[in-house]
Amino acid sequence: MITRRHLMGSVGAGAALAVTGLKLPFPDDAQAAGAAKEPGLPAGTRSEAVLGALPGKKPLIKLSYRPPNYETPIEYFRTPITPNDAFFVRYHLSDIPEVDANTWKLAIGGDGAEKQAELTFNDLKAMPATEVVAVNQCSGNRRGLFQPHVFGVEWGYGAMGCARWKGVKLKDVLAKAGLKKDVVEIAYGGADGPPFDKTPDFAKSIPSWKALEETTLIAYEMNGAPLPHFNGFPARLIVPGWTGTYWMKHIVSLEARTSPLHNFWMTSAYRVPLGKFPMAARFTTQEAPGATATPITEMVVNSLITSHADGAKVKRGGSLTVGGIAWDGGYGIANVEVSTDGGKTWTAAKLGENLGPYAFRPFSFAFAPKRGANVIVARATNKIGQTQTTELVPNGAGYHHNLPHRVTLNAA
Amino acid sequence: MKTVCALLAAAFASAALVTGAFAEEKPVELKKAPGLDKVEANCAACHSLDYIQMNSPFPSAAMWDAEVAKMIKAYGAPIDDADAKDIAAYLKKNYGS
Ligand code: HEC
Repeated sequence: MITRRHLMGSVGAGAALAVTGLKLPFPDDAQAAGAAKEPGLPAGTRSEAVLGALPGKKPLIKLSYRPPNYETPIEYFRTPITPNDAFFVRYHLSDIPEVDANTWKLAIGGDGAEKQAELTFNDLKAMPATEVVAVNQCSGNRRGLFQPHVFGVEWGYGAMGCARWKGVKLKDVLAKAGLKKDVVEIAYGGADGPPFDKTPDFAKSIPSWKALEETTLIAYEMNGAPLPHFNGFPARLIVPGWTGTYWMKHIVSLEARTSPLHNFWMTSAYRVPLGKFPMAARFTTQEAPGATATPITEMVVNSLITSHADGAKVKRGGSLTVGGIAWDGGYGIANVEVSTDGGKTWTAAKLGENLGPYAFRPFSFAFAPKRGANVIVARATNKIGQTQTTELVPNGAGYHHNLPHRVTLNAA
Repeated sequence: MKTVCALLAAAFASAALVTGAFAEEKPVELKKAPGLDKVEANCAACHSLDYIQMNSPFPSAAMWDAEVAKMIKAYGAPIDDADAKDIAAYLKKNYGS
């Protein structure tokens, strides 16, 4: 049903990875280079990151060719919706088939299902559709900025994006098979996988309460268009509020489970120290008794200044508007404060268009730049009173970086 | 999902085939130093070598030892002890802190 790409098959498929190499201007031209030249990134990342275009994508910041890991330059976050062709790409495993929507099937089963069911793409599209605007952010976004550095894909600021997702409620899809009373988790897999069978396949699960929420979708459209291949064509899971690890691309199977899913990607990876982050949503079926680690769940409150690149030259005096976006785990942004003196004093920014609690929320702030360096800092607070951290919470995998973003504007 | 393929086992034995299979991917050139041949033969099968360069030069010697061990134990990389030692030595010397 799905064209599986074997290693040999990859000879042709390698073309899909052809990249127009283009060395980033380095280190001065902040405008075009985006996060790749963030001074906080490891030196090896800064020299390896180049702008490269995957098929169907604009030039993005290439962190790895195979599997493809490409981040979105900051300029694309000047609007609350991230364009499909600029949306970041993240894979763990490099066997990535081109899935044909005509032969794609979604299998639904598991020991917690009343019966087995199977949906074709047409079946899915014939079901009642719903939409949600939601941020998809990699758990490791900004990992490269952790001090001390930790191993992983060394993302700057752009392993995230916000889109209007259209699809079918996961609970309606699960109802095709029927759920038993004692279901604890919904597990799922995608069409992509490891090139070598000893590598654990990427399968994940979410608690059944999260699976049954009205905004948890199997999406087949992104910003009014089919999902790009590299963002999960033909259908992917949308888990608003939670980090990208749960948003399975190229989804092909759903398993209702009466016991927790234990595999490398659930039990060893994607864990954060228990009690160190302000997470309201906990994934308790994955917590061993007495354990000190728990699965990452919802995104922490965060913001990004996008109107100006770090080091940009501006005019002194007058009125300059700076701005950006803020987001959180789905409680909604209550306010964003901006400082123009490096964090000594703060003033409330103006919030922009509200596309819902899971979306990027724009903010803007006008001030008169003084001669010399104006250090702009933004700090968001959400509706349950959580605010950005002043000190990074160390964790081995470099998750949940939400230090306030700062850019220096030089006024002459 | 998984591709279990006998070809792959053969491919593992032949770095030339592995790198050849992804010829359109821009070659990632690591530092020329003793051990590079073993790195190219063993570390490019599942991902491109930019994973190494990207994660440098911050790792301590112990971090690189643990990373090579993780590739073998967690991800199933078929690398024997002698090669693993040479690879770790190369990484510490050329991509370590
Ligand atoms: C059997 C497959 C396989 C082989 C062979 C392999 N790796 Fe990996 N490696 C992986 C996977 C899977 C990841 C995780 C990729 C991701 O999350 O993007 C990874 C990630 C990495 C990372 C990033 C940090 C991390 O832990 O996620 C580094 C560095 C790395 N590998 C180095 C090496 C080195 C050095 C070798 C040779 C000794 C090697 N790899 C061989 C599968 C492999």
